[in-house]
Order: sequence, then structure tokens, then C-alpha cells
Amino acid sequence: MAEIRVENLHRSFGDVAAVRNSTFTIPDGDFFCLLGPSGCGKTTTLRMIAGLELPTSGRILLGGDDVTFKPASQRDIAFVFQLFALYPHMTVRRNLAYPLRCQGTPRAETRRRVEEAARILRISHLLDRSVSGLPGGDRQRVALGRAIVREPRAFLLDEPLGALDAELREVMCDELRALHDRLNATMVFVTHDQIEAMSMADTIALMKDGRIEQIGPPQQLYDRPNSMFVADFIGSPPMSFVPFHGRVAPGDRSVRIGEIAVAVPEAREGSAEADLVLGARPEHVQLSSSAPLRAQVLDAEYLGTTQIVTLVTAHGATLRARVASDVAARPGDQTGLSFRPEKLSVFDRASGRALRSALHEDAHG
Amino acid sequence: MAEIVLDAVSKQFGRTPAVRDLDLRVADGELVVLLGPTGAGKTTTLRLVAGLEQPDAGRVRIADRDVTAEAPAVRDVAFVFQQYSLYPHLSVYDNLAFPLRAPARRMPEPDIDARVQDIARLLHIEDKLTKRATQLSGGQMQRVAIGRALVRRPAIYLMDEPLSSLDAKLRAELRIELKRIQRELGATILYVTHDQTEAMTLASRIGVLDEGRLVQLGSPREIYQDPVNVHVAARLGTPTVNLVPRGVFADVPAPPQTATIGVRTEHVRIKKSANGKSTGRVRWIEHLGDQCHLHVTVAGTDVVTLGDPDIGLAVGDAVDIEMLAPLFFDARGERVRA
Repeated sequence: MAEIRVENLHRSFGDVAAVRNSTFTIPDGDFFCLLGPSGCGKTTTLRMIAGLELPTSGRILLGGDDVTFKPASQRDIAFVFQLFALYPHMTVRRNLAYPLRCQGTPRAETRRRVEEAARILRISHLLDRSVSGLPGGDRQRVALGRAIVREPRAFLLDEPLGALDAELREVMCDELRALHDRLNATMVFVTHDQIEAMSMADTIALMKDGRIEQIGPPQQLYDRPNSMFVADFIGSPPMSFVPFHGRVAPGDRSVRIGEIAVAVPEAREGSAEADLVLGARPEHVQLSSSAPLRAQVLDAEYLGTTQIVTLVTAHGATLRARVASDVAARPGDQTGLSFRPEKLSVFDRASGRALRSALHEDAHG
Repeated sequence: MAEIVLDAVSKQFGRTPAVRDLDLRVADGELVVLLGPTGAGKTTTLRLVAGLEQPDAGRVRIADRDVTAEAPAVRDVAFVFQQYSLYPHLSVYDNLAFPLRAPARRMPEPDIDARVQDIARLLHIEDKLTKRATQLSGGQMQRVAIGRALVRRPAIYLMDEPLSSLDAKLRAELRIELKRIQRELGATILYVTHDQTEAMTLASRIGVLDEGRLVQLGSPREIYQDPVNVHVAARLGTPTVNLVPRGVFADVPAPPQTATIGVRTEHVRIKKSANGKSTGRVRWIEHLGDQCHLHVTVAGTDVVTLGDPDIGLAVGDAVDIEMLAPLFFDARGERVRA
């Protein structure tokens, strides 16, 4: 297994820059996710690491070796495609053995590795079945097995759960994570689904327009987003935004939304008078009838333990609050809003960037 | 619009029963969600209503008409599938107009145009009409697929996991949208999902299916608060309801046939034990934003509670547990009422 390092990676297709000067390191044994909306450059980045696409400029290092211009076949990386391209006329065993036969691996060694991969994936009982009759989940396991037998230095997975139906996706999510932990392998996967990313990855690189917006553990992206884009992309429902006009000085512990002071984490960075945005996760918004920030309930979605209440403030900002389901909230109700001050973000509206505050110093994820 | 009635419907595939003696009535303007794991018979039920499958026994009625022997095309139902199947070479407009241009309908083009424009407004895709289907994002494509069902104004709508191919955010958005559209149109919808959030938020009533049987039918609140058995209790709620052997809480008064006690995380109260008497020990604290889940070991069983981060407990602390509104189940998993 190996560390993957990407330096100033750039890729243009004609006039369009798909990936712009990306630099990041994927530590050995990391379960790393390239996340982002379609067209953000995540798949292009993955394909460049695999050698299926050549960069316009920049370098790719695999375990310290510069592989930027090596063909895919010499990189010792396994690539698992979204549509698991198996040989339909072959048995599971022959599908698994195929990459090794192509490499001229001795028969006994092939047999050992195939059986080992089948054991890891818990498909030993399927070895002599034809792949054409297998359900989606098992086909995906065979596709992964074909990567495992090669004992590569890293695994690259392009939307590994994209071709599965919803329920199986949740099962395979757990399974992929467990597989990663058993193999202790460097794995990089691409997805557009933040829930998949949040539940599987050690590290997420969230991309937008060919650039990495933020890179870090899932909890960090969730708790301390660098930008409104990250705050909005991660979380379901996403972070709510309350626009306001004002200024922030370093050391400030509150912002003024109209006439109302709202406590926030101590500012480390100031802003001249500008259009700013207060950001709050649904679980950090509370309904309290006496709070000065007034809002009207638009909708309440009952979820059992909790409910998601959609509210609109007097100046037109829409917020979502996750509160206990016994809190009374009916469409049309007037209420007040309060927040968990130490969890709030403040953004500059024009750039979307978060203003640095005590929030960003919180060491506990 | 119209109601759907399933009357003692059964269906087997080979020797495997898929749907067993199912009775269900979806009232006019109601959205009933069938919820259950894979193989519970949800999709088969939907396909039986659509006429894509024939029942072995029982009757299917739509709008007071027995349609059991009718072909799918004459049943006046619209079906939305999990994977949106649009015509890639057609524009959004033509995709929406397609069902109306069927020769059998003989609908004049101005009427078609009026309907397409109406539906596009409802779905907020007016500005996308001239685009090709393939130029749309996933969420927009699924909106068009739903639009294609709506545009026909059928008697009833059947939807098979229509949102599950979308990512979480789009799913949440379209969920709210779908609910709004359903209310506005007063549409009768039978909807299949395995996703409890979807079921809880969309449904007028939820029907929980298990191995082809309808085990409970009721409003989301009824199903969550008053489950008929262990399966239903465990199917709804995150985190999952705590299910603890009766013996672990010997001092909780319970009916004699009780084998398992179920208690929701929000109904477990814990406090640091005083006077040396304790019921459990904190094993692990899981921080989740504003709340935390405390995993407490009680006589070898894990009980998960919902707590405030400021609760002042640490791993290893001895705690007392109090249960509010416990649910009792017998050895077969059936609910026992006190």
C-alpha cells in the first residue's frame, strides 16, 4: 500500500479547465473521498491518478514514485468502475482470476489469491456460479474482488455504489468501509452523494469548478465549513443562512441582525461593512417563544424522535430547525429563534468565504 | 381522482409468496406509503395495482371499478419508476407531451401545450422546456419523469422509490415539492419506499409490509408511537428503538407475558447514580452536533439514550436509568398492552 500525492495537478479540455492546480496528499491506508456536484472535476482527478487521463500539468506521486506519465498498466493501481464490467459468460472464480492470468501469475498463486479475495468479500460460496445470474450486490463484490486479487498499491473507485438500488447502497456502504478496514488499503472513491462520503470516508476533498474547496475529516467539513458552498453541500438538511448587513471586528462576540444581537464564536478576523451571512445547522437552531428574532413556521416534517421545522424570519430568511418532535410547531405559528452560539458560522456573502473565528480553533472535530 | 381498493389480494412467484391476503384502501386524495425491507412485497403490490402483475387471488378496484382483469393501459394509472426513463433525444417539452400525443387520445395540440405548461410551472421547470432531457441534472430529470406522470391526469399515481436515485439534498427538496404537488392536485398516490424518513414525512398513512403481509396501517405518529410488533418498532426511528430482554429491567412493572422491553432513545432518562445503587455504566458517548447518544451497558446489553452534551457524564460513570413510555413485546415479538 502507498501514499498518493498530487501536486499542482491541472487538466484542461480545450478552453475548459476541468481540474485547476490541485495539491493534496492521501496518506497510506486512508479511505479518501473526492466529493462534489457533477462537473466539479472529481472523476477527472481520479482518472488522472489511475493513468486513464493525462494531466495538462502537475505531478502524481505514488509511494514517492513519480507516475505522472506512466501508463495505467504500470501504476499498480486497481480501478473499479461504476458499471462493474464483468465477463458475463465466466464464473465468479474465472472473473476473479482473469487479471492474474493476464499477468501470468502461477496457477497455485492465482488460486490462493482468488480464494483469499473471496473469503474477504464473503463470496466463497459463489465461486463456481456464473456472474450473469447474480444480484447487483454480489456483482459489485465480484468487481471489488477482481481489484483485490491484484494486491495493488491503491484502489480507485468511481461511484462504487452508483449502479446499486437505494437499499443495497446503504448495505454496501457499511460493507465497503468494513472492507477498507480489513485490507487497510489506500482507497480513493468518487461520489456526488454527501451521505456516502460522510459515512464512509476518513478524509473528504470537496470539489467545485475544478478546485478543492475544503479537505479534511467529515466532521470538520460539517462543523467548520470554509465556505457557504461547503456548508450547503454537506448536511441534510443543509446549513441555513440568514443574510444581514453589518461589520465584524476581531474579538466581537456577537453580530447584529437588524436590531437584534446574536451571539457568535469570538471573531478572529474582521470585515468592513458588507453583506454578511449567519450560518446555522438545523440542530443548532432552537424555537423559543421569547427570543427577539421572530419567525413564522412554514412546515414541520415529523421524523419520530425529532422533527424538521421550516421557518421564515421577518426579513425573509428561510431556516430549518431540528427539534424534538414534542415541540409544538404548526404552519402559521409565530415563534422566536435562538441559536447555539458556539456553533455558528459567519460568511462574507460576496466571496462565500467563512470569517475565521473561535469556531475554527475548536480542536474536538 | 379516485380511491384504490385491494381486497384479499395474494400473489406467488413459483412457490414463493410475495403478497399474502392483502387488504388495503387508499382513499381519494390520500398518499399511502408502503414501507418495508427488500422482499416485503412493496413493489409487487404496486405492480398488481398497475396491472403489470396478475393476482392469484383477490380483487383490485380503482375508482369503484373492478380492474382485476383489465390491461394496464386501460386502468388509468401513472407509474413513476426509481430510474427515470426519459427519451434522451427529445426535449423536456416533448418528453412531457409524449403521453398526451398517444394516437388513442387524439388530444388537440393547443390542449397539450396548456397541460405541459401547467405541469412545468408546478414543477418549477418552465425555463427548461426547450432543453434536451440529457442536458438536465438528476433532480431535474426526475422532476420531468414525475411531470410525465402528472400531465396525463390519471385516476391514481403509483410511485416506486421515485426519489431514491437522487442524492440526499435533492431527495429532501423533491420530497417537500412532491408533498406540495400532491396537496395542490388532491392526488391519490400509492408510494413505495424503504426509506423511513420519506415515509414519515410524505405519508397520510403508512402501511408497513413484512413478508408479504400488511402488519400495520396508520398515520406516521401512530406507527411510531404505537407499533404492533417488534419489526414495526425497529423499522421507524433513528437511532433504532432499544430492545432489551425483560430480565434486564426486572423492577419495571410489565405484563406477565413480556419477553422484550422496547424503549425509544428519547424516552430513556439517565442520571449519575447516587447512594451506590446503579443500573448501568456509560460505555461510549457519541457526539452528534447538538445532541449526544450515550451508550449505556446494562447487564451486558447496550441501551442508547439521547442526551444533552452538557449532561456531565463521562465514560465509565455509573448511572441510573428511568424509562418513560416503555413498549412491551412477547416472545414472538408481538406487542403486549399493559
